[in-house]
Amino acid sequence: MNNYSYISLIPLLPIATFLLLGLFGRKYFSSLSGIIGTLSLSVSAFLSILTAYKYFFVDGKVNGVFQQIIPLKYTWLQFSPTISIDMGIVVDPLSVMMLVVITFVSLMVHVFSLGYMKGEERFATYYAFLSLFTFSMLGLVLSTNIFQMYMFWELVGVSSFLLIGYYFDKPSAVAAAKKAFIVTRFADLGFLIGILILAFHAETLDFQTLIARLTDPQSSQILSSVTSSLFGVSALTWGLTLVFMGGAGKSAMFPLHIWLPDAMEGPTPVSALIHAATMVVAGVYLVARLFPVYCFDVSALQVVTYVGAFSALLAAVIACTQTDIKRVLAYSTMSQIGYMMFSLGVSKYGGEEGLGYMASLFHLFTHAFFKSLLFLGAGSVIHMVHSNEMKDMGGLRKHMPITHITFLIACLAIAGIPPFAGFFSKEEILLAAFHSNKLVFFVALFTSGLTAFYMFRLYYSIFWKKAAHLHGEHHDEGTFTMKIPLVILGACALLVGFVPISQFITSDGIGLETHIDVIFSITPVALAIAGILLATSLYKNENDRPIKISLAFGKFYEAAHKKFYIDEVYLFIIQKIIFNLIGRPAAWIDKNIVDGLMNLLAFITAEFSEFFKGLQSGKVQSYALYFFAGIFGLAVLFIYLVK
Amino acid sequence: MINEITLTDILFVSTALFFIGVYGFFTRRNMITMLMSIELILNSVNINFVAFNKYLFPQHLDGIFFTIFIITIAAAEAAVAIAIIINLYRSHRSIDVEDASELKY
Repeated sequence: MNNYSYISLIPLLPIATFLLLGLFGRKYFSSLSGIIGTLSLSVSAFLSILTAYKYFFVDGKVNGVFQQIIPLKYTWLQFSPTISIDMGIVVDPLSVMMLVVITFVSLMVHVFSLGYMKGEERFATYYAFLSLFTFSMLGLVLSTNIFQMYMFWELVGVSSFLLIGYYFDKPSAVAAAKKAFIVTRFADLGFLIGILILAFHAETLDFQTLIARLTDPQSSQILSSVTSSLFGVSALTWGLTLVFMGGAGKSAMFPLHIWLPDAMEGPTPVSALIHAATMVVAGVYLVARLFPVYCFDVSALQVVTYVGAFSALLAAVIACTQTDIKRVLAYSTMSQIGYMMFSLGVSKYGGEEGLGYMASLFHLFTHAFFKSLLFLGAGSVIHMVHSNEMKDMGGLRKHMPITHITFLIACLAIAGIPPFAGFFSKEEILLAAFHSNKLVFFVALFTSGLTAFYMFRLYYSIFWKKAAHLHGEHHDEGTFTMKIPLVILGACALLVGFVPISQFITSDGIGLETHIDVIFSITPVALAIAGILLATSLYKNENDRPIKISLAFGKFYEAAHKKFYIDEVYLFIIQKIIFNLIGRPAAWIDKNIVDGLMNLLAFITAEFSEFFKGLQSGKVQSYALYFFAGIFGLAVLFIYLVK
Repeated sequence: MINEITLTDILFVSTALFFIGVYGFFTRRNMITMLMSIELILNSVNINFVAFNKYLFPQHLDGIFFTIFIITIAAAEAAVAIAIIINLYRSHRSIDVEDASELKY
């Protein structure tokens, strides 16, 4: 077995960069800091790709099965003889794939930001935060221990907060950062409780042991977790559902998705990195990591399936009505992650039945490339027109040819047109859904049509529709460093579909033969093309049909445009119910009873000392008087009372 | 003549002296006067020692020795007290105890 301990360098390089740039960046490096961050990350990316090569092609396989290797593991905190928090590194197909995706996309974003963020006052801070995020995300995917993962999970949340609120002088950015942090933090509460339930029953925090114990029907741990129940639901289901709640918060699944669209207040490259390719798929990664246990518990897996499918549909409908290009992309991200989630949900463990698992991670892989490409393309567009709104765009295809071509490739990829990347992964997902859950399959099919429609609505609104009307100066497609990542990612979006992921990443480590079923793929591709054609007829040239159609939908369009009032429902619940029924009484008790008791104590003490301080009057003769009184008292005591 | 003076008479004198001293100590604000009052108290004790020695234990000298000790110590005490008073006067331009009240609460 080869030595993989050098993998620890992959997350350590970004954290070193973070410390260097965070502490000294603004003072000593300023404009150099982008180069420093990019260079250190390119070393990480190189090491990741090297690891992937070594693991997948040289020594990962033993007897045709990919092994889980743990090259490094230290016990960090020992709670009890059986439960400890370890810090370690896990190498298996899942984590290696995530390593490559994270470092690669992060590198692209670093390079893109060199141009996009140029001239920002807090340029070094921006790169420091990017490095912190990359470190946390890498630590998350390399975790050997569920608690180690939880810590990195929170770190990811913090760095996401910092990056969303990067423009902290903009009130909307500050509000969005807070919202993202609070919503995901609330979800993480569920995650923590889930961890505690699982750890309590499995008597370990270690992933390997936990999975081994909770998937063996004979073990005492599984018996205790299945037999103990709350509200008629077994502890295992509770634990897994609560862990999924954490994942749903990070991955913006309904009903915890409300932070993602607002998170678009951050700089666009950040959205590409965090809110498209890496952090938001952490939930998918979490479910995939614990997948053997989820397979053991059908009801938890059903929750995953239906939440995923519903989120996919809901987000796609909302995406059709939004006018801010980044918000369209945000809802599209949510929709695609919904795909990954329900694909995991419909999967079973091992063999042909495990197709959904493979498809989900395949989609995660391809989605990372084309979605970050879409965001970076949107970044270029925003850089050009200084606006996020569709109405300020149109006819840009001649002005920014590279962005136009790469954006088109990404749109075709996400719409699932062969031979672009999204086609392959989406086919597998649909196939997996078709074999196990027809309802989810039809939802997914409809959603994939919608996806094609809203992506091309976006594409035509940016690049066609009307003649470009650019006013003011400063309109260019961006620097060389902004074009390079677009081209590389464009090439990836074209080609990564041909990567035989099924050979490498399956639920049980055994390669899976997949082939494209031509008959089966006719329907989704036809639907996607129909969606594209519809978008073409509506948005290619300026006309009044879109408005007519939106009027025809009436209330439904209005509701979708307002994101189905989910934000308002949350606000209502929080402000009217929680604030009034819990917050105010709690505040009253705090102010009057808790504070009152404390004030009373303080008052008594003050009065007491007020009395006693009078004794120290500064009059020598009073002191003498007390002294004599004391002697007199003592004399009486000893002469008459003590015998 | 001396035989007509009883122990009780002498104790009256020393008691009177003691209370005059206590009265002076509590009522006077001038530190010199207070010092003098303390000397009165000490001397009333001395008289007691000598008187008890003379009338109750004429064969012993313990009371007289005590008295000599007390006189010595009173001298030393007076020296220290006057040094304090002088320092107080230098810093406060006054030897009134009421004026030296910086260290009250």
